[in-house]
Amino acid sequence: MDLIAKGLTYKPEEEFHLNDVSFGMQKGELYTILGRTLSGKTTLLKAIAGLVTPEGGRMIFDNQDLGQVPVWERNIAMVYQQFINYPHLTVFDNVAFPLRQRKMDESVIKGRVMDSLESVGLIGFESRKIQALSGGQQQRVALARSLAKQAGILLLDEPLVNLDYKLREQLREEFRNIFSDRVSSNSILIYSSTDPLEAMQLGGDIIVLDEGRVLQQGPAHEIFENPANTRVAEISNDPAMNLLPGAIEDGKIVISGDLNLPVPAHFKSLTPGTYIFGIRASDVSLDDKGLPFKVELAEISGSETFLHVQSGGHTIVGLLDMVQNFDAGDVVKLKMDGAKLYAFGQDGALISSPFAGGF
Amino acid sequence: MARINLQGIAHSYDPDATDPIYALEKCDLTWRDGGRYAVLGPSGCGKTTMLNIMSGIVTPSEGRLTFDDMDVTEIKTAERNIAQVFQFPVIYNTMTVGQNLGFPLVCRDALKEAIAKKVNEVAETLGLEGLLDRRAKSLTADQKQLISLGRGLVRDDVAAILMDEPLTVIDPDLKFRLRRKLKEINEFYKSTLIYVTHDQNEAMTFAEDIVVMDRGRVVQIGKPKELFERPSTTFVGYFIGAPAMNMFEARVTGKNVVAVGDVEFATETDLSKTATENIKLGIRSEFIELATKKTKNTIQADIQRVDDFGNFQLVSAHSGQNAIKVKVKREIAVPGDKVWLKFPESRCCIYADEALV
Repeated sequence: MDLIAKGLTYKPEEEFHLNDVSFGMQKGELYTILGRTLSGKTTLLKAIAGLVTPEGGRMIFDNQDLGQVPVWERNIAMVYQQFINYPHLTVFDNVAFPLRQRKMDESVIKGRVMDSLESVGLIGFESRKIQALSGGQQQRVALARSLAKQAGILLLDEPLVNLDYKLREQLREEFRNIFSDRVSSNSILIYSSTDPLEAMQLGGDIIVLDEGRVLQQGPAHEIFENPANTRVAEISNDPAMNLLPGAIEDGKIVISGDLNLPVPAHFKSLTPGTYIFGIRASDVSLDDKGLPFKVELAEISGSETFLHVQSGGHTIVGLLDMVQNFDAGDVVKLKMDGAKLYAFGQDGALISSPFAGGF
Repeated sequence: MARINLQGIAHSYDPDATDPIYALEKCDLTWRDGGRYAVLGPSGCGKTTMLNIMSGIVTPSEGRLTFDDMDVTEIKTAERNIAQVFQFPVIYNTMTVGQNLGFPLVCRDALKEAIAKKVNEVAETLGLEGLLDRRAKSLTADQKQLISLGRGLVRDDVAAILMDEPLTVIDPDLKFRLRRKLKEINEFYKSTLIYVTHDQNEAMTFAEDIVVMDRGRVVQIGKPKELFERPSTTFVGYFIGAPAMNMFEARVTGKNVVAVGDVEFATETDLSKTATENIKLGIRSEFIELATKKTKNTIQADIQRVDDFGNFQLVSAHSGQNAIKVKVKREIAVPGDKVWLKFPESRCCIYADEALV
């Protein structure tokens, strides 16, 4: 491991921003810190950059205690949510700025600047002023500046969150290609996001952070397939995984009076008793033989419909293909695919997953 | 509430120029009484100009605006009976929630009892009934936006409620709550709601009918499903849906047939009257099917990458110069390098000079 964090703790007031955070990261890899708003993502990135000093724990990078290295000597670049550039400088001078600070040779600077501008698709924009650029272009400049530094650790704090929808979609794909083609095997890339789809698309490893704690770390598909607990299941799915408290009794899954399901094969080893059952919105589908639910709202996202429905006090969300129309109050019949059910214990820990042993 | 009619409305901020630039090009449009609309488009498309014309902030350089049969083109905002909700909540922080809601009625010298009755009713609909005596300042952003909206609802004479990106400052978790509320309000009060946004998800979720704008022009008016399945221009195909609609340069080779490169595709569109050379075939990535062999309407493609999104896989492929994106279920095994892709006839949209045939 090239970057090791052990027990990082930061508690400026009553609440933990970081609570005993430990992880290991390797050069040449991409890590996504996935968590909701206020989960501690930005604080963690700032702690790595040296902008926040944790009260407890330590970080080792390249066998060196980062706590002993002042901010300006840490070989780290960071891209922020807001498009931070030097507004009075040209695109070229913005990207060259940190290199000139280091008093590098101007010919080396030119090569690096042009190289990183090429990565982000801004060749031809060198002499433009920052104000003349769109938000997406400004964020590309910030990324180019961080790439030009060739830092050992590149931190990206929700870099796309302030862009509009279509641009986000486009840049997400571009960023991923830049990361896989242009970031050297000597760098660790750490990207923070609230969006599970973004984390899945970036690939790499995911670290799930919640209320300052690491809940799970692993390859993206592993987090998706085997979330360690109910909270990870919520955070790593959009919409959040449906969680329904219930029980296995008399050979059935009983959620409430009307809501009953047969016990799927992968639950055979579970003993009767109470559980929290989980099912992804995408595993809930319209079916004439399904259970009746009342529609609360149909939300349309991109090319899909999130159908929010309820029955007997339980609200669940179904993710339907394409754009479909429903009105509030409509009664729909939905089937929950038993083969895709998760079972969590009363403490929230994963007990049975449809993917266990499958991979 | 009223039916709002735009007759030949156009607007240039510099109408006397020799070659004026129109922020809003000439349009005829009727907003149904009680309708729930979104005006959707990227920044600079003219959507805010259109909203400002209806509210009276902008007087159009051409055309007439009527509310039912009354011509209001020259009438001031204050006399138009329009309620507005802006990006940021506009409320009186020092007043209570109840005083905020009642304020438009106080300004109109309504009777105290009538005000109290109306305020209670609206507060109940908005779920603010427990907060009437609270200072507005202490509320969350979504509650404050509800108050802005509520001030429109207390008045019986409001022709329409116009909202400009009203969810901008709302936390993602709360957006859901507010969206649902807006729909309920529309159903309960039968109030005409017009909602301006650049976010397709908000527009598609909120509206019955969406007015899509691009570079000063209304390019399509339709239900969310229509915009998705039959976008009327290539821009709408790009702007609506994620990923954007696949678009291929094509040429007409038969009454219902187009060719992309040397591959022919049968369609359900009559192409006998299309004269232009600028032909495109559009198909949604959701509608493309993986096939095991060459059949009718298939094209061979090289797979470049497959992204696992959890809920689905996105296949990025190339056929000659053409990039193709295909959305497939996670369970389906995608072959390693080459694949046949089938474009079902009924799902092929043909565009001549960027407009749907």
